[in-house]
Amino acid sequence: MSSDTIHNVTVSMTVNGRGHTVSCQPRKLLSDALREDLHLTGTHVGCEHGACGACTVLVDGAAVRSCLLFAAQMNGADITTVEGMANPDGSLNTVQQAMQDCHGLQCGFCTPGIVVTLTAFLRDHPDPTDHEIRVAISGNLCRCTGYHGIVNAARQAARGEPASSVEAQSSESQSSESQKLESQS
Amino acid sequence: MTTSTTHTTVGRYIGQSVKRREDPRLLTGHGRYVDDVQTPGTLHVAFVRSNYARGEITDLDITEALRVPGVEAIYTGADLNPLCQQFWATMTGPPIELGGETPYPPGSVLAQDDVRYVGDPIAVVIASSRYIAEDAADLVVVDIEPRTPVLGLHEAVASTELVHRELKSNVSAAMPMPTVPQVEALFANAPHVITRTFRGARATNVPMEPRGLIVHYDRYRSEMNIRAATQSVHEIKSFAARLTGLPESHIRAVADDVGGGFGQKMMVLREEAAVIAAGFKLGTAPVKWIEDRRENLMASNQARSEAGELSFAVDDDGHILAVKADFIEEVGAYPPSAGATAALAIGVFPGPYKIPVLIPGCTAVYTNTVGKSAYRGPWALETIFREQMMDHVATEIGMDPIEFRRVNLIGPDDLPYTTATQMVYENITPTETLDQVVEMIDVAAFRDEQARARQDGRLLGLGIAGYVEPSAIAFGVLSSDPAVLSMDVSGKVQVRLGTGSHGHSIETTIAQVIATHLGCDIDDVVVIQGDTATSPVGPGTGGSRTAVVAGGAAQTASIELRDKLVRIAAQLLEANPDDLEVEGGVVSVKGTPQAAISFAQLAMTAHMAPDKLPAGMGPGLEVAARYRPPTAFTWSNATHGCIVEVDPETGIVDIKRYVVSEDCGQMINPMVVEGQIAGGVAQGIGGVLFENMVYDANGNPLATTFLDYLLPSAPEMPDFEYGHVESMSNTLGGYKGMGEGGAIASPPALANAINDALAQRGVAALTEFPFGPSQIIDAINAAG
Ligand code: FES
Ligand code: FES
Repeated sequence: MSSDTIHNVTVSMTVNGRGHTVSCQPRKLLSDALREDLHLTGTHVGCEHGACGACTVLVDGAAVRSCLLFAAQMNGADITTVEGMANPDGSLNTVQQAMQDCHGLQCGFCTPGIVVTLTAFLRDHPDPTDHEIRVAISGNLCRCTGYHGIVNAARQAARGEPASSVEAQSSESQSSESQKLESQS
Repeated sequence: MTTSTTHTTVGRYIGQSVKRREDPRLLTGHGRYVDDVQTPGTLHVAFVRSNYARGEITDLDITEALRVPGVEAIYTGADLNPLCQQFWATMTGPPIELGGETPYPPGSVLAQDDVRYVGDPIAVVIASSRYIAEDAADLVVVDIEPRTPVLGLHEAVASTELVHRELKSNVSAAMPMPTVPQVEALFANAPHVITRTFRGARATNVPMEPRGLIVHYDRYRSEMNIRAATQSVHEIKSFAARLTGLPESHIRAVADDVGGGFGQKMMVLREEAAVIAAGFKLGTAPVKWIEDRRENLMASNQARSEAGELSFAVDDDGHILAVKADFIEEVGAYPPSAGATAALAIGVFPGPYKIPVLIPGCTAVYTNTVGKSAYRGPWALETIFREQMMDHVATEIGMDPIEFRRVNLIGPDDLPYTTATQMVYENITPTETLDQVVEMIDVAAFRDEQARARQDGRLLGLGIAGYVEPSAIAFGVLSSDPAVLSMDVSGKVQVRLGTGSHGHSIETTIAQVIATHLGCDIDDVVVIQGDTATSPVGPGTGGSRTAVVAGGAAQTASIELRDKLVRIAAQLLEANPDDLEVEGGVVSVKGTPQAAISFAQLAMTAHMAPDKLPAGMGPGLEVAARYRPPTAFTWSNATHGCIVEVDPETGIVDIKRYVVSEDCGQMINPMVVEGQIAGGVAQGIGGVLFENMVYDANGNPLATTFLDYLLPSAPEMPDFEYGHVESMSNTLGGYKGMGEGGAIASPPALANAINDALAQRGVAALTEFPFGPSQIIDAINAAG
């Protein structure tokens, strides 16, 4: 079917607390509508086949992949994107702050999906085990961090553990040892 | 460099895990990646690509596609190839026909008469939206008469079919292994000669942000603006100039946030060149191409399709007497350059060991697959194969692998040490990092546990791997890095670097270097990079160079600027410069803190009251510095230790512990160092257990989605444990690079652990990646 025969649909949805009406082709992905029509480019597209989690947003409170939904399905939906995750005063929320403290991001491309996924997960599972944390983010691919900082961030956000930075880990935990060879300096 | 000054700063930032300044924008969805820039009037590109690995294009018809409303233009090879002039990268230098030394594949941006790999771009469709561009691309008629593809490493050497008909051979580069009679005699008389062939699994970089760029050529201004997901804005700018013939000075390239690269975004690959050419031909509106994941997995680049035959001659005490190492690698059809990466690998092959004699050989072959490009540790095959070989040899001669390594390691008393390949190590610590790993793991306790587990039918294994990383690669255009540091009237500084932001935390770490050496608050330092209009010419970020080379430049500039500030302060305070100290943006007389003057006051003087400056001193506060490390490589080193459990029923590998002891010299930010290690190790683990970019017998790539190309995810990854040894390098800050090492040593550490576990059941060691569940089960079954 050629694109000129496709008629636009009108969708009204709430995004980050504000009402929006978007007119788009019925085939338009929610991820593309958020990015292109609402200019909310924090929602990233890493695969467009539901495997990487970079495009994760909350729809009526549930974490979903916006690349697997059409914008046309969203009439009346309440959507929260990563742009709507910070505290009302603009400061980082608990998960975001833990991600910074624990070096849970490097290039930052997977990060919006991680922030949205973890925020929803910890809301529903306030006291997760390590294994539950790893399973919760198993649908979010990160190529930079090896997930270590992300898992630490989830631990901190959930348990308020003092591992507030790797600095603290480096000097205190047994898992990191340091030896300075002054003689060679 | 001003080394004579004796005034001091109080180092508050270097060595601290300062939190990243990049994070707030990236955590809240306010990064600016290339696809986030949405300029009105932008047109969108979709490629028409080959579905065949090799064949003749018998028909190409764009008529119907051009009729789709919203389509602006469709360009084929006949349109774009004639516009393109030169196809070479600054990093690898001019091609042989232009007086350089690097082999390149024949230059073209689109397939014209024939196709040479699945994914080979045939036409560029430009339309008002990506949706429409893809609709139209589907309507382009392409008929291809398939031909038998050239596939396989040794098969490509032998094949009479050619990947590139313009060339005489499929061999793009070769250095045949010489026959040296004395070495042959040495091997003939050695108590032990062990030979193994190892093979990597074809992998690809997979940055989570695929490639992408926006090219806007305005022919009326004769000006090209490029915005790209690139590791090096200067590389893409220079490449675009050579490709189009535009003067470089008419081109500006910008990269804000980039979602990872791992080497993939260092060079300009085929599609990026095609989009530059298409934008140049169009000459009016911006054209944007954002690669989708299928394109990224199918048509960006491959790496690690490599094999190596190693022969070790060893005496009865376990001393390595001589090594022969013959490598073969696949460069695909259109690599950004076609030299053998093994040529670099051979140079660093000895690694942390005393290998008195090394006889190397290498071959690189074109095949009808996607081109090879750099992937984190492009030369990694030397360590990946050598460290597996160390375990094979130890087993064969009945020695513990750790003991066998100790017998051959370069120790503190051996330094400085010149390898058989004429590399000179001045400060490396392979024995110290091995000791630290052995202690952190508690190897003796593990061996007891392993024996007990064996009684219960459980297979535990320990693997060790060591390496020496040729960091801060400094030859050719990589030799140096710039930093332009300027202080404004208010006493704050900006530094402009030639680097780029794709995960390396440079905005934080270089600010730490500057704040430490200038003597100011880190919040008063802003780091600017990734724009050729403001960034001085530099090679970009890659090659584990930034901390050492850009850090050295930033340090040089800071010390020079501080020196000028101190001399102004000395004049205003009527003091001797040597009696002054700098801290927190204030210059004061040592021991007399009330005799002090702030950077803001000094900056006002320098900019606004030149007559008050010391005699002969010019106004203003800018320093342009460039740092070149003293040697072509700054050697860092590490030892990795890994404990796994292999499930004999499923073949699934559970990584129970992963320990790294790293010596990257003076750490600028330990948090960032550990993050680089973790990310690199995860990539290395992926390359052993999961990632495999398979082609079928017709040259079709079979892993073009994330359901087939499996990346490591969180449940498969362990908590990493880090140890640090800090021996200073001879570079300005004592830094050593370490960005790639995690990915280099982890494959053999994990492979050795798996083989150690399998050995508990008498299973012969595996030598070909991947070591996935099916390969492991097959091996267990074969052992009976
Ligand atoms: S972009 Fe939606 S899951 Fe990858
Ligand atoms: S931080 Fe780069 S992909 Fe996760």
